[in-house]
Amino acid sequence: MRIGTLKTSYAADEALFDTRLQKLLLVLALVAAVLFPFVASPYWLFLACLCAINVASATGLNILTGYTGLVSLGQAAFMSVGAYAVAVLEIHVGTPFLINLLAGALVTALVGIGVGIPSLRVKGLYLAIATIAASVVLHFVFSHWSLTGGARGLSMPPATLFGVALDQPFQLYWPIMPVTVLMVLGAANLFRTRIGRAFIAIRDRDISAEVLGIPLLRYKLMSFAVSSFYAGLAGGLWAYFFRVVTPESFPLVNSIFYLAAIIVGGMGTVLGGILGAVFMTMVPEVLKFAAGMVTPFYPDALALLAPVRTIVFGALIVGFLIFEPHGLAEIWCRIRRFFHLWPFKT
Amino acid sequence: MTGAADDVILSVKGVSLAFGGVRALTDVSFSVRKGSITAVIGPNGAGKTSLFNTISGFYRPRAGEIVFGGRNLAGTAPPERARLGLARTFQNIALFRGMTVLDNIKLGRHAHMQTGLLDALVYRGRARREELALRAEIEERIIDFLEIQHIRNAPVATLPYGLRKRVELARALAMRPRLLMLDEPVAGMNREETEDMARFILDVKEEWDVTILMVEHDMGMVMDISDHVVVLNFGQVIAEGSPATVQADPAVIAAYLGAGDLGRRLSAPEAA
Repeated sequence: MRIGTLKTSYAADEALFDTRLQKLLLVLALVAAVLFPFVASPYWLFLACLCAINVASATGLNILTGYTGLVSLGQAAFMSVGAYAVAVLEIHVGTPFLINLLAGALVTALVGIGVGIPSLRVKGLYLAIATIAASVVLHFVFSHWSLTGGARGLSMPPATLFGVALDQPFQLYWPIMPVTVLMVLGAANLFRTRIGRAFIAIRDRDISAEVLGIPLLRYKLMSFAVSSFYAGLAGGLWAYFFRVVTPESFPLVNSIFYLAAIIVGGMGTVLGGILGAVFMTMVPEVLKFAAGMVTPFYPDALALLAPVRTIVFGALIVGFLIFEPHGLAEIWCRIRRFFHLWPFKT
Repeated sequence: MTGAADDVILSVKGVSLAFGGVRALTDVSFSVRKGSITAVIGPNGAGKTSLFNTISGFYRPRAGEIVFGGRNLAGTAPPERARLGLARTFQNIALFRGMTVLDNIKLGRHAHMQTGLLDALVYRGRARREELALRAEIEERIIDFLEIQHIRNAPVATLPYGLRKRVELARALAMRPRLLMLDEPVAGMNREETEDMARFILDVKEEWDVTILMVEHDMGMVMDISDHVVVLNFGQVIAEGSPATVQADPAVIAAYLGAGDLGRRLSAPEAA
């Protein structure tokens, strides 16, 4: 229960985390994130890293699609740009791990700007098709260019950071998790300033945005750049995580996966990107677990896993679109509101 | 108009606009004096909103020029015009539905802020200072002035019509305009809301030193608060002058209002 939020300065009212409970939960989450690798099995650490990478990418897509209203089906292709850039740098140039990540993300941001240029003229479905076209072009380039190893792709040595080889989920967790946390914080900050507000303005009513002095093309391209920077960074982490990058590593289906993640999580909220990506990453694991449970009674359960997973994904997306269009983030907000007034109003 | 040239903030000179074969505006000329309230009236389809969209920069006139603050606006895109001090509201309210009242108003200041992308991502130093200064100014000057404290955190989509109009005015004020263009500020409002809005418009002119150009159908309000009235009909200026002059102009009464009931209302706005 919370009687009221009594603030005495504008800074307090503009803060990202404003209640004491929120700050407490945040500290607890950070402590848990630090302790997690020491108690979890490699399997759970693997999942945690995968979740973090997907959160980073979904947050990037949310900036572009959820906040700016530009529907993109190119997120996986942007990730592949980051992954290939990192792999090439690691193999052929040998620059340090963090520099490679940053360079890969910057290259991806440039590619994103290029893909975003049609966005001034085409919107909605048409823009989505344009981003699919870009994905196909990128796939073609990567599977035919000698630098990217053609269809066989590239195999990378493990990254080293401070002399430690990052070849197990335990070691990889330490760069992946903080980078993702910083990216999410960056996104949250972005939407407290004029640039984030301009993105939302373009989504909600672009004519009005222009009258307020927001140059549309510039901000749309900026949104593409930021979004693909996030995708590139996520792709770079992905490359170091799996250490094999092939043209088939980032199929179009993955782009749909990220779009589904932000729909399920909640478009246009930072929390939505996090919840959606974690949820969508964990659904197959939960199904696998459930299949394991029913195997004693129904021996074919594991064989059915793949088709059932596809059906469950489809049903989840349709279900969220119909019953919970604002996604998991809205459910979380409802829970919060309930406890603000509890027990006076139930 | 006899005023000296430096007294004029906006002058529209011989502007013509056509969509295909339809002539929306034909040789429209008038001036807006600094510190005045100028009203553009005319029947539906007279070209009032087209005129506003031309001044905003959405339509490019086929002929003529628009000079704002001594600068010819030809070839200037809408965002650039905002930076020069041209603000407007829309007939059908163009707020950002997904945002709160506060965020909508903050957007008004966009063009005058400096925060870059990297500052924004870390929210330290300049970005933070600028945001907090903006918040303080909006709270203390605009929200307080327009009496919308109670809804500052409400999503715009939940607000009733009259309040939305007021929020749109707040957003336009946040732009620090030199000329504020209001497209039907009291359309669809009841008497009380209309009177509130008229009071706000007069206060904006007096306290903020902002010149106002408005399109409005509510003759009572137009005649009460305007200093200068421009009458458009079929895309042409058929009369202009003080409210009293326009009311007495037989061309206006005959051609625009007709000789019936509306004509009487125009010459006796108090009875409207």
